[in-house]
Amino acid sequence: MIPPPDSPEGAMLRFIRKRAVASLISLVGLIVMVFFLSRLTGDPAALFLPVEASAEMKAQFRELHGLNDPLLVQFARYVGDVVTGDFGESLRKARPALDVVLEAFTWTLWLALVTMTLVTGAAIVVGSLAAFRAGGFFDRLSSVISLLGASVPDFWVAIVAIVVFSVNLAWLPTSGTGSLLHWILPISVLFIRPFGIIVQVVRGSMIGALSSAYVKTARAKGVKSGPIIFVHALRNAMLPVITVIGDQAASLLNGAVIIETIFGFPGVGKLMIDSILQRDFNVVLAAILVTALAIFLMNLLIDLAYALLDPRIRH
Amino acid sequence: MAEHLLEVRNLSVEFHTAAGVVKAVRNISYHLDRGETLAILGESGSGKSVSSSAIMNLIDMPPGRISAGEILLDGVDLLTMPANQRREVNGRRIAMIFQDPLSHLNPVYTIGWQIREALTTHGTASAQARAEALRLLTRVGIPEPEHALGKYPHEFSGGQRQRVMIAMALALRPDLLIADEPTTALDVTVQAEVLALLEELQQETGMAVLIITHDLGVVAEIADRVVVMEKGELVEAGTVREVYRNPQHPYTRKLIAAAPGKGEMHEPAARTAPVLSVRDVRKRYGAFEALKGVSFDLMPGETMAVVGESGSGKSTLARILLRLDEPDAGSAHWKGRDLFTLSPGELYKLRRDLQMVFQDPTQSLNPRMTVYQLVSETWIIHPDILPKAKWRERVAELLVQVGLGPEHMGRYPHQFSGGQRQRIAIARALALEPQLIICDEAVSALDVSVQAQVIALLDKLRREMGIAFIFIAHDLPVVRDFADHVMVMRKGNVVEFGTVRAVFETPREDYTRALLAAGLDPDPDVQAAHRAARLQRAS
Repeated sequence: MIPPPDSPEGAMLRFIRKRAVASLISLVGLIVMVFFLSRLTGDPAALFLPVEASAEMKAQFRELHGLNDPLLVQFARYVGDVVTGDFGESLRKARPALDVVLEAFTWTLWLALVTMTLVTGAAIVVGSLAAFRAGGFFDRLSSVISLLGASVPDFWVAIVAIVVFSVNLAWLPTSGTGSLLHWILPISVLFIRPFGIIVQVVRGSMIGALSSAYVKTARAKGVKSGPIIFVHALRNAMLPVITVIGDQAASLLNGAVIIETIFGFPGVGKLMIDSILQRDFNVVLAAILVTALAIFLMNLLIDLAYALLDPRIRH
Repeated sequence: MAEHLLEVRNLSVEFHTAAGVVKAVRNISYHLDRGETLAILGESGSGKSVSSSAIMNLIDMPPGRISAGEILLDGVDLLTMPANQRREVNGRRIAMIFQDPLSHLNPVYTIGWQIREALTTHGTASAQARAEALRLLTRVGIPEPEHALGKYPHEFSGGQRQRVMIAMALALRPDLLIADEPTTALDVTVQAEVLALLEELQQETGMAVLIITHDLGVVAEIADRVVVMEKGELVEAGTVREVYRNPQHPYTRKLIAAAPGKGEMHEPAARTAPVLSVRDVRKRYGAFEALKGVSFDLMPGETMAVVGESGSGKSTLARILLRLDEPDAGSAHWKGRDLFTLSPGELYKLRRDLQMVFQDPTQSLNPRMTVYQLVSETWIIHPDILPKAKWRERVAELLVQVGLGPEHMGRYPHQFSGGQRQRIAIARALALEPQLIICDEAVSALDVSVQAQVIALLDKLRREMGIAFIFIAHDLPVVRDFADHVMVMRKGNVVEFGTVRAVFETPREDYTRALLAAGLDPDPDVQAAHRAARLQRAS
């Protein structure tokens, strides 16, 4: 049943539909751009085939993939392929490119999901408590830590962590996957930067919310400090925080290229770099579109979170 | 010893700021009994809100500090109570409502949730709290209370929000209600309704009410006794009638003398050729019709007041006349030329003639510009008015004209008081030698004594320079003292137009009569008579 247009559910549905259409337009734009990038930067045959390919092989490749057809025909075929999820074969792995990408993407998705969940939880608690006694000892301590976290280069932390925890102490494996222990170092290193950034945002936003008039009302009602921070102020303070969480999550979904490479983690960032170096163009195209789709879905989730948190956005 | 419900004894509060220690409240004492209403009267900076925040334990410490005194509730000192017990007092024994209910209600929770929280915080079971919230909303007169419980603060009007605040404050039947400027942001008719509701509830529950206000009319309407505060000190106390009839302290006398609405009314000259002729102006924002065909004539050197409540379209009219917003239909002939059909270039030249003074000088003056830059800026835009060599001299002249001095030229807006800032805004408007100044609520953010000075200044400018004014206001007594003609607006329509005497003494329309009746008179006896008349009409 479709709710009537003036009900809260109706307003919510309309809001989501509007946002979805807006993001869908950028997704379509990206699909078009990817096509023209692969056609307009030179001969696709040269792009897709290994460097050492002969002229005959290139001619054969053009014939096989219809590269001699008019551009619009090629475009129509390309769109058809994208919609049906057919990105061709991976030249290096002899498997469908999409399968290769989805496999790597699953790893990255888990890595991003676990990291961002930990980051969000920790940053909200630390940032809120810092804001509650702004200028106090805990606030100053957390400022120093978060500033360090936001500015320290993660590749350096990764290498130091490997030296300390894997080589010297031999507590954790250096790289690869296989056990839960393998996840600890990559997650810990990826945790640092978004944590530093989000703590700062939570703190600033919470200081504003805690000095607001409605918090004064809550205190006049006799509400305890706990609910004042985590019920009254936090929900209001979350809007800018969610934006930043989205940005940080997007950069993890893109593939944490350096961290994945250092820890030999088979994610989509590492796959993309490898494929570019190996000129496995089908895989690169599929990876771009899969991550774009993922980020599109995540933005939709963020819009949904906005609307859930703040009733004024729904109207 | 007979104990009072609330007794504030020798209270002093100070704030530690970068500029040093500010003694916000100095050694004040007052008391309040059950069923009684005490008003704390004072202007901005008098410390009237600080003393009530001290009672509610709402002062941030640091930077604030209660340096001396006791606050006794039924003989027990709130200031030395353990934190847990102290928190239980808030909401249960003492409750508070505030000036701006929109910002004081949490925007992301339903009002039902917020009222229930007031109850459950102090141990009411949630099923009972639900039923109680419904009863409270019904009692304060919110329409469709069942449905309203699930709505958010932004979905209500200003008056309804204040009713919600009252429902929330009275949830646990407190012994004392503190109301900090509860009706200041509301329209006059709504103000009257909210004050009447407070009084009814007080009679029902027998609570004491401490009302903090700058408005003598509110004091006359609702209070039994009044204390007057100036610069952190309590300068006068007594029954409302005593204080009004026989004020002892010079400050109280000054406040009472400054109350608008008692001067001679203007007798406008015969109307001749209008300088501005407005016909059938319409404006719509989506489905909302802000102006439904407004027409009027304005004579040179005349003051026309536009009065009306929020949503009447008075500010939209001002914006459209200055082309800050485009009309959908209609014409406005300024000296024979239609303002609405001018090209941007022509309009640019004409802007010199038409100037505007806004409500809030804190926002309309750029905080990073000196007074000299603020006033002379217009000459950069219109270079033909004055050669640069004469700018300094002319700014000094203008500042003297608005009651400031040449020595103020190098200072920034934050170094001035609210009234002085509004004078700077007026000096800036005068810099272009305009023939019409539109004042949009130009004095409503100012203290009463300052308001009187600014009005006197505008009146002087009109007499000496022949400037015409369109004076938009919701405050009728101010209009009465200053206007030649009055245009009453309601929901985008002109309800009534006439000379100030005709509108105030023999209003033709019911709406005008209702507006006038809802206005509060500073004289407690006059106000008592108004009230009796109102009650009679109601029954």
